[in-house]
Amino acid sequence: MSILVDRNTRVICQGITGKAGAFHTRGCLEYGTQMVAGVTPGKGGESMEGVPVFDTVREAVQKTGANATMIFVPAPYTADAILEALAAEIGVIIAITEGVPALDMVYVYEQVRRSSSVLIGPNCPGIITPGQCKIGIMPGYIHRPGPVGVISRSGTLTYEAVWQLTNLGLGQSTCVGLGGDPIVGTSFVDLLRRFQDDPATEAILMMGEIGGTAEEEAAAFVKANVTKPVAAFIAGRTAPPGKRMGHAGAIISGGKGTASEKIAALESAGIVVAESPADMGAAVQRAMHARK
Amino acid sequence: MKIHEFQAKQILRKAQVAVPRSLVAATPEEAHAAFLELGGPLAVVKAQIHAGGRGKGHVAGHPDHRGVQLVRSADQAAAVARQLLNQPLVTIQTGPEGRVVRRVLVEEGCDIARELYLGIVLDRAAAKPVVMASSQGGMEIEKVAAETPDLIFREHFDPRVGLLSYQVRNLCQQLELSGASVRSAEAFMKALCRAFVDLDGTLLEINPLVVTSKGDLLALDAKMSFDDNALFRHPQLTELRDLEEEEPTEIRASKAGLSYVKLDGNIACLVNGAGLAMSTMDLIKLHGGEPANFLDVGGGADVDQVTEAFRILLSDSNVRAVLVNIFGGIMRCTTIATALVQAYKTVGFNVPLVVRLEGTEVEQGRKIIAESGVNIISAEGLTDAAKKVVAVAG
Repeated sequence: MSILVDRNTRVICQGITGKAGAFHTRGCLEYGTQMVAGVTPGKGGESMEGVPVFDTVREAVQKTGANATMIFVPAPYTADAILEALAAEIGVIIAITEGVPALDMVYVYEQVRRSSSVLIGPNCPGIITPGQCKIGIMPGYIHRPGPVGVISRSGTLTYEAVWQLTNLGLGQSTCVGLGGDPIVGTSFVDLLRRFQDDPATEAILMMGEIGGTAEEEAAAFVKANVTKPVAAFIAGRTAPPGKRMGHAGAIISGGKGTASEKIAALESAGIVVAESPADMGAAVQRAMHARK
Repeated sequence: MKIHEFQAKQILRKAQVAVPRSLVAATPEEAHAAFLELGGPLAVVKAQIHAGGRGKGHVAGHPDHRGVQLVRSADQAAAVARQLLNQPLVTIQTGPEGRVVRRVLVEEGCDIARELYLGIVLDRAAAKPVVMASSQGGMEIEKVAAETPDLIFREHFDPRVGLLSYQVRNLCQQLELSGASVRSAEAFMKALCRAFVDLDGTLLEINPLVVTSKGDLLALDAKMSFDDNALFRHPQLTELRDLEEEEPTEIRASKAGLSYVKLDGNIACLVNGAGLAMSTMDLIKLHGGEPANFLDVGGGADVDQVTEAFRILLSDSNVRAVLVNIFGGIMRCTTIATALVQAYKTVGFNVPLVVRLEGTEVEQGRKIIAESGVNIISAEGLTDAAKKVVAVAG
């Protein structure tokens, strides 16, 4: 078991003929993901690494039965690409593209919420169920199948955490990168609920960062609804206020969204918080041990 | 991207938002002429810098040379301009070194019956823009939010539809505006929301929003910033960018497509991914060091961009050591390795380099560095990397 994707997931890539789209479609194929089609308007009929390319998502879904998509189209067209996938009723939409205008996402978010589809991203590394299905840009070899569900707002920090878990002998059920933008399709809370309901997940690791209130909302949800052990890390303890730390969302403004507020909220919900980013894997071990 | 008050007011005037008449001056003579042009009997001279708290701020070393001053003659306008222009203005937001004033805004005076606050931001939790209003104008909104949160009123709006009339009426009721002010508020608030959406704003703040004795609403101050990700559809906005208000190394980094923030420490870091870059800073601090910067090379950077990143880091004279921490995903370790070797050959490394590589194409990346003969200290894992770089930085 896992959440959202598994070995039966049939994936298309929107923007498959672009440089990043092609490179990472290859990576997903090598990992064993069922990459069944690609979409690039105007390039229908071609193929990429044996994967057929279509002009529209609708056609790709009709001809291949795809139920997930990985989006690499340039930022100005990403909102349109997500809405196209939504209209074609693709259940799991993963938008990797970074640099999407925030106001574009207001409409997209509303449409996603009204549908039964799930949007992960934009500006995210993707999702992986180790040994079964990788949709995104993460290096596959660092993962191994196991009991820990991983959720993060950041890409490379997730790899770091996963690598620590794997080296400690703790595999992962599913790992999801939510994305670093102010508005993303899926929140910590959405995924905490899924991991709580997933029998294969025994513990959860979540990595947040400064800015916004998503971590505080996650803490409140864990306190009320999650019975499985949870560990966490918050990036940006040393970030000065008013400076944007790379992610559009990672900024302390008006004294709000600081790491210490988030850590306090997490700890009060009984979550084991790692002090050092080198300690994320061990924090999961501690959280699991405390429950035994 | 941030802009100056005078630029924000030009934008708002064009968008049919009521603002007082004003003129920009870069010399005392221009300030003199501006006062005459506006026609008196009084005007306000306001320093133009990208920082708040100007009214209480003052020129370094001159507590009475305040950043915003009332004047009653053209000569007085020129004298205040002379106090401020080309001088560093110190406010609660600038730090002790202050920010050099290169322009002043000369603005007609207006009669003020009440001062309110109006701001528009993107509310992340609601995934919608929100208008925030308060009767506590002129105060820092963060302070109002902390002390009297029930005095801040909010209306979320759909960017495609804009603020609706009933929402204006709700806000007016809460702000205790009535009669002619409600009509004025309807035009003012709707136009403001439209400007925010049309230009992809991230913040639009009017503080204070003045109610005149006739009941009209007027933007006495205006602060505006824009979504960098949407600038491609507003080419006219990029012309408003004031490079003199920005850190030179940050400008250089943004030209190379890198996300860089200069800090005060002596350990430079080059990392891929914002979350890992922030965590690397945290890690350095945890082991007793001080980070010299935040630098995320991102996923799509090529060898030349990463080489430029090394150059920017090494150009900071405070830097005593560099920590390269890469967990390859989109970014391939081979790209980092090739850039590292190229930077070594073109600029040389005058400080020790601690390198931690993991992820996509890691073996080939390590091989490129090993075969190049570049002298680096390699590290296994985060703690090892942090300990080594703090040790060599002294």
